[in-house]
Amino acid sequence: MSTSTLASTRLRLPQRFLPVVATLVVFVATFGIGSVRYQDFASGQVVANLFIDNAFLIVLAVGMTFVILTGGIDLSVGAVAALSTMIAAATLKAGWPPLLSILAVLVVGTGLGLLMGLVIHHFDVQPFIVTLAGMFLARGLCFLISVESVSITDTSFRTFATGTLALPGGVTLTYSVLVALAVVAAALYVLHLTRFGRTVYAVGGSESSARLMGLATARAKVGVYAVSGFCSALGGLLFALYMLSGYGLHAVGMELDVIAAVVIGGTLLAGGVGYVAGSMAGVLVLGTVQALISFEGTLSSWWTKIVIGVLLLAFIVLQRLIVRQRQ
Amino acid sequence: MTDSSATGDNPVVDMRGITVEFSGVKALADVDFRLFPGEVHALMGENGAGKSTLIKALTGVHRPTAGTILLKDEPVEFTAPGQARNAGISTVYQEVNLCPNLSVAENILLGHEPRRLGAIDGRAMRARATELMARIGLSIDPASVLSSHSIAVQQLVAITRALVVDACVLVLDEPTSSLDSDEVEELFRIVRVLRDEGVAILFVSHFLDQVYEIADRMTVLRNGTLVGEYLPENLDRMALVSAMLGREAGILDEVERRSEERAPGSAPVLVAQGLGRTGAIEPFDLEIHEGEVVGLAGLLGSGRTELARLLSGADRADTGTLMVDGETIRSRGPRSLIAKGVAFCSEDRKAEGVVEDLSVRANLILATQAARGWARPVARRTAEAMVAEYIERLDIRPADPDALMGNLSGGNQQKVLLARWLVTRPRLLILDEPTRGIDVGAKAQIQKVVAELAAEGMAVLFISAELEEVVRVSDRVVVLRDRHKVAELSGAGISVNSVMSAIAENAHNGVAVAS
Repeated sequence: MSTSTLASTRLRLPQRFLPVVATLVVFVATFGIGSVRYQDFASGQVVANLFIDNAFLIVLAVGMTFVILTGGIDLSVGAVAALSTMIAAATLKAGWPPLLSILAVLVVGTGLGLLMGLVIHHFDVQPFIVTLAGMFLARGLCFLISVESVSITDTSFRTFATGTLALPGGVTLTYSVLVALAVVAAALYVLHLTRFGRTVYAVGGSESSARLMGLATARAKVGVYAVSGFCSALGGLLFALYMLSGYGLHAVGMELDVIAAVVIGGTLLAGGVGYVAGSMAGVLVLGTVQALISFEGTLSSWWTKIVIGVLLLAFIVLQRLIVRQRQ
Repeated sequence: MTDSSATGDNPVVDMRGITVEFSGVKALADVDFRLFPGEVHALMGENGAGKSTLIKALTGVHRPTAGTILLKDEPVEFTAPGQARNAGISTVYQEVNLCPNLSVAENILLGHEPRRLGAIDGRAMRARATELMARIGLSIDPASVLSSHSIAVQQLVAITRALVVDACVLVLDEPTSSLDSDEVEELFRIVRVLRDEGVAILFVSHFLDQVYEIADRMTVLRNGTLVGEYLPENLDRMALVSAMLGREAGILDEVERRSEERAPGSAPVLVAQGLGRTGAIEPFDLEIHEGEVVGLAGLLGSGRTELARLLSGADRADTGTLMVDGETIRSRGPRSLIAKGVAFCSEDRKAEGVVEDLSVRANLILATQAARGWARPVARRTAEAMVAEYIERLDIRPADPDALMGNLSGGNQQKVLLARWLVTRPRLLILDEPTRGIDVGAKAQIQKVVAELAAEGMAVLFISAELEEVVRVSDRVVVLRDRHKVAELSGAGISVNSVMSAIAENAHNGVAVAS
């Protein structure tokens, strides 16, 4: 065989992006359905609201994408987000300056993530079980601080929460959206343009190969949980801004919404394949479904769950078909 | 290190008195090994001889318990694969150790990516990858995903990766086991290019032809000890084989005699009529009798494995009937055929056979237990007796039923798999490439057992890519080409030449039919 025939097997590039493209198609389709059915659906503000209402979910999904790319899973994100709202509310109530309070939240979240990552890596335990333990721990810590909901009254915090940015066309955004978009941009940079990011993909593709290639697999495996912890804390802060309170029962089951969004966004649960942009699109699909159902008015909110369930199933089957075709 | 002093006096690698122990067991004892720049040095030995251990000691995966490694006259001690690599020792393993989900360029340069302002520079990376691939004459799109290329190309990508660090030592651990002959030629061309540039190449292969074709020097290991270092012109094949086996290689002749004495019994165990599956194998007829070894020959991709999978129920047939002992099988999967005494030993022992985390004993009794059902566990004593019998009969090493399967060498894993099916006393045993990637000794052992089983009345379907082997063990040879059964040879008509011409002749017919 000459090298020219070696070269004949060409990459099928579109296929690689197919799941993300499919997510975008679903997003456009659901949005299209809304626009046709409801008069005011296709407005800039509805799109803006999708981002405003789901800013925290986008941030959590970014962290989860890192973890799932290595083939792991993080079940603690919802509980860590709740703990973050609680720490923020409690420290602000105690009179801490907002910046210090924010710092405390981020340190605790990142630390928890790092700890779970270290346990997963050094004791070679299933991520599922370690992060499940982390979930119980974080959820429990919330109630150690307070069993009641703690409202946030700090003025600068409230100003930041309620402040809006006017865009042309009378559309307004909150600062949370900017934070979420900044997180997405930072994640894109890290995942695609740094050695750490490429190692994350390499570990997901084949961990033993990555190790034999001399890559820093341990750092990547532990690091993704720290990243996810940081994102959970930041997402929790955004959630606190959105709710203006801290409560141990905030964000119950949110980890599952996040995983659903990431999977709908085209990331393979087996690791190695996926994009942050896809995860953001996944969150937007979930948001649109929710918006559609609230516009309908007569449908109960559990229809959201049913639609998400169907979508999730459809996307997992789609992924499976793509993988099978590749083989 | 691209200075082309092919006859340099100083070895680039000098390993002295290397001993490696695993929990007190010596895998390697006091072995010396030298590697000179600009030569291909073949490391030879049976499975379990310590080849892999020696390579891993060199590349920093294992730490030797005793001995010194000199690299360019400097003592070195590697604790991680990355360190050896940075010192110029690159390794290409038998199974391609790259990331299938990343691009070709990334696989070549991961860990050495060109960066600009701290960010990976994608364009520079692709350019550098193209440049490196050009050195070995590989021209594929560096942005393409690795998994979109054939194994052969992936192997070349792995070699390209080895060049990134200006390797002075390139270790090729059985790089040819999954390549066809043209691909091997291509690989050897590249190996010679690198050798002429002064790279020292450590080459491991089970194919003696290849070793004699490419090697400038050989070192033979046996049971973890050094047998000797030789020049190929001073060591003929028989001498090499007996150095590796540590005994006279008459065991192969013994198999040959047996196959001639055998006469097939009358009752057909398995009859397939018009059996076929779209896209896998065209409808074929086949009978296998008691006490008969039927060989299946054909080129890679001719449908050998597909045929075996139909017979074993691993895949469902679209057309035709399958009868075992005169009874038609309506197969819903392998279970119904296992119940009828058809055992299938898969070619992919990693994915479809071995349970690495279980002991040899557990792996061995797996099929027996499955046949009995979960409610009737195999008694400990019966299991012990069975396991002991087969460890002895097949010469499984280490002869320890509690050894973890994952720690056994490939040949010994294969023997355990064979034993797993033998203990169920099947009527028909289907062996798909039972000797691939294992050494001469284990190979002969397996061939010998096959002959013995047939003599005891078992029917065997023997699939192998090596014609010599098929010819040696079979009473009848079925030849496949392009998913068609094209010939059936028996008795005196069986020879490597006749099988080859059956494949070749029908190749022409095939083209004629197709056009």
